[in-house]
Amino acid sequence: MYGALWRVLPGPVWVRVLLALILLVAVVFVLFTWVFPWVDGIINPIQVTVDT
Amino acid sequence: MSAEQPPRHASRGSARAARPRRVSVVGVLGELLLTAGALILLFLGWQLWWNDAIMAGQQSAAASDLGAEWLEEGKAARGDAPAPDPATYGDPVVGPATYGDGEAFAVMYVPRFGGDSQRRVAEGTGLNVLNSTELGIGHYPGTQMPGQVGNFAIASHRSAYGGGMHEIEQLQLGDAIYIQTADGWYTYRFRDFEYVTPSTVDVLAPVPHHPDLQPTDRVVTLTSCNPLYSTAERIIAYGVLESWQPSTAGPPAEIADVVATWGS
Repeated sequence: MYGALWRVLPGPVWVRVLLALILLVAVVFVLFTWVFPWVDGIINPIQVTVDT
Repeated sequence: MSAEQPPRHASRGSARAARPRRVSVVGVLGELLLTAGALILLFLGWQLWWNDAIMAGQQSAAASDLGAEWLEEGKAARGDAPAPDPATYGDPVVGPATYGDGEAFAVMYVPRFGGDSQRRVAEGTGLNVLNSTELGIGHYPGTQMPGQVGNFAIASHRSAYGGGMHEIEQLQLGDAIYIQTADGWYTYRFRDFEYVTPSTVDVLAPVPHHPDLQPTDRVVTLTSCNPLYSTAERIIAYGVLESWQPSTAGPPAEIADVVATWGS
């Protein structure tokens, strides 16, 4: 899976490393900005109150 | 040797190219599982640190704005008159008995929690208050109000969502818990901790644990989850009202320097 991605990336090794890092940062950005807030809204909330 | 170069030994080159193309189900499954594990750790990092820090900043900024607003109102109400004599403060003024759900009516500031620990206190303990980017502390409906005889009971997160009570276990006997409202400043002093099960609603009684007794003390009750990063138990911190001063008298002298930076 990741091996295939590595082969798809063009250029010499340092360019591939750079592109892989850019992709990683882009994925983390999308996760932090949209995916995680959405997931946070649908999983069980953290309870801090006393309640019956 | 890069892939673009023509293979010098045809047999060796084809063997090299053929090996990685073999897709194994177990290999892909393994990579998917590793990815899932990394995603879960990343989510926890986002929830407990990244989002927590962002929300803490938003909540404390919103709280200092509201506090500064009330401070200005107090100054305006006093005008050019001299500071009121502490002997004339009288009994603590108690605001309305209830507010609309999610309505901010107080600001809590606990110096032990750190310089930017001020948070808005709003009516209700739903997610609209506790997970809000500008509120953070919820008042249990039906419990008493700041300065009132009985129990002013509030709740906040200990980790994640701005963690309004993140340092709750750091409280030491006699630590100040300041509650500011439009009416003035209520100074509570930390008394003791309790660790209870999540269903121990008796801690919210006007006399905690004694729902039948008539209250005579003015108590504040802070509730949050325990242990840190768990919700198995609740940590309860009690404080007792020490003093009160109207908004025309300004903030308590001990925190005047900190409060002066609010809203700027």
